[in-house]
Amino acid sequence: MSTTESRSAAAALLLAKSTTGITGLDAVTFGGLPAGRPTLICGGPGCGKTLLATTFLVNGAVMFNEPGVFMSFEESRDDLIQNVASLGYGLGTLIAQKKIAIDFVRVERSEIEESGEYDLEGLFVRLDFAIKSIGAKRVVLDTLEVLFAGLGDTQILRAEIRRLFAWLKERGVTAIITAEQGTGTLTRFGIEEYVSDCVLLLDNRVSNQITTRRLRVVKYRGSAHGTNEYPFLIDAQGISVLPVTSAGLEHSASNEVISTGIAGLDQMLGAGGFYTGTSILVSGTAGTGKTSLAAHFVEAVCARGERCLYFAFEESPAQIIRNMRSIGLDLQPRVDAGLLRFEAARPSLFGLEMHLARMYREIEQFAPAAAVLDPISALRGETGDVHSMLLRIIDLLKSRGITAFLSDLLSVDGMDKADASMSSLMDTWLSLVQLESNGERNRGIYVLKSRGMNHSNQIREYQLTSQGVKLIDAYLGSAGVLTGSARIAQEMVDAASAVRRAQDSERKHRDIQRKRAALERQIAELRAELESEEEEAQKSLQHEEECEKRLQAERRTMAIQRGGTGS
Amino acid sequence: MNQMKNTALQESPLPDGHYNLRLYVAGQTPKSITALANLQNICEEHLVGRYQIEVIDLLEHPQLAAGDQILAVPTLVRRLPEPLKRIIGNLSNMERVLVGLDLRSVAAP
Repeated sequence: MSTTESRSAAAALLLAKSTTGITGLDAVTFGGLPAGRPTLICGGPGCGKTLLATTFLVNGAVMFNEPGVFMSFEESRDDLIQNVASLGYGLGTLIAQKKIAIDFVRVERSEIEESGEYDLEGLFVRLDFAIKSIGAKRVVLDTLEVLFAGLGDTQILRAEIRRLFAWLKERGVTAIITAEQGTGTLTRFGIEEYVSDCVLLLDNRVSNQITTRRLRVVKYRGSAHGTNEYPFLIDAQGISVLPVTSAGLEHSASNEVISTGIAGLDQMLGAGGFYTGTSILVSGTAGTGKTSLAAHFVEAVCARGERCLYFAFEESPAQIIRNMRSIGLDLQPRVDAGLLRFEAARPSLFGLEMHLARMYREIEQFAPAAAVLDPISALRGETGDVHSMLLRIIDLLKSRGITAFLSDLLSVDGMDKADASMSSLMDTWLSLVQLESNGERNRGIYVLKSRGMNHSNQIREYQLTSQGVKLIDAYLGSAGVLTGSARIAQEMVDAASAVRRAQDSERKHRDIQRKRAALERQIAELRAELESEEEEAQKSLQHEEECEKRLQAERRTMAIQRGGTGS
Repeated sequence: MNQMKNTALQESPLPDGHYNLRLYVAGQTPKSITALANLQNICEEHLVGRYQIEVIDLLEHPQLAAGDQILAVPTLVRRLPEPLKRIIGNLSNMERVLVGLDLRSVAAP
């Protein structure tokens, strides 16, 4: 055993795998089932063994051009075709195209008499014939253990089953063998002993009246594989497995900002919106407008030409669209354009794991830029379970860079315990509050936290108007935050006093004007007076100068007359 | 193995009480040879003149295996008289073969 294991470990890189084409299962098994080897699928009744096996064959035939043989020991050919038709598999067509062959092996103990030695060469011949007739690469034996009920000699059976597995391996076909789970053992007749390459265990558990299907890779020789139990679901779109448990913290951080769809709210968030790829929680009591905020966000995402997936847990899509029309948002065109998809399901319809599996599949298929979960409080279960589910869905969204917008309905008393534990998962938390005063309720919004941005610390009042959510500047005064009619009253008082102040200042302004005019007049008069005085002084100075000149001239004249030459 | 066919193969109308037996084998293995020998002995002893044995080798005609729901080899199929009966094994346990062929009452005088 150990030598085989060490040899297989060395050859792990070379191990060829056969892709199942089942969402998630290929991820869990890192590529599919071991090619050219038998795989055992065991589980209790009704846990989806036949369906998983059929899906493996159909996918092989349709997606990978690998024809397959279905050897059924339980269901007749027609029953089988009919049963899987409900999942959208057209086996009849595939049989006609020689891509799938079904051989129904009927084993009825009452019709068989045993006398002496025998072997199961007939089964080998049939299988060989079926494989050759279509060139099959894949084989399903469902459920081999029926032979134990039909034939008495278990010693011969065990030897022959062992030979069959060796034979299948030799043929190089990838085989699935299904088996019923026994009590305390993987299979009722212990055939897991003979299949040593790969064993998958399916399980169907009921807790709180809700069924959850789970898949586990018990062993996979020569390959790494996910070791956890993974929920899987079976519905009209077939089977899909959810590989996420808890992803690592490896998601990259984006600096790109996406608008909240509400101008005022964008301003409150320092970056002008949410960072893309982050998780946003909007919490509030009943009727605070969580869905309206979500709708604004959806509209903003779609307006960027990006896809948005809306998981509604309480309202039908039609109801949401109608209700949002009342605040002036018509989401229908976005749905028609293929940008918005609603996925509505009652939380009680499936267990948490199933919800998670369903959401995982939708996200994989739709590849949205943003996802809305409205509201997460509708998901009921053990607090720890809900928390772990949300953690996984947020991890899933973050790892894909999808912006997550979650709404949470709070009980009237305020924060639940669960919400406190939710906080660490959230990058941005908007809190919607009811402000009660003066016999009315008004809505207030504030940013409780927003990682990586300098956000407003204000509580802002907002209204749900026919033109959408409108943020209003709250009145902040000595009496605290005023909202609603109190705010309006206060605003009227403010307006009146503002008018008074304006009148006051105008009057003062006029006074100064008047004073200035008077002073300027005085200045002008004084200046005129000064000018006239200057003129007078000038005139008298001239006169004196002239007199002086005349006197000198007279003195000179007198000197000449006295006989001197004068000097 | 065609030479082992004892009587005519053509579907001629057979009288009541006639046994139409088919033995499915896969190659000339010891088991299949023993089975045929055992069958012939039983028929000669209990069904003289009113039986026909057809041996089908599945290695030559694999397509016939599904039709008669053959799983184990050797398998003896009693096609007539109705209802259809299957006996698997090398037919070494004669009692079981006689029960399977509804010949028990005939055998016990």
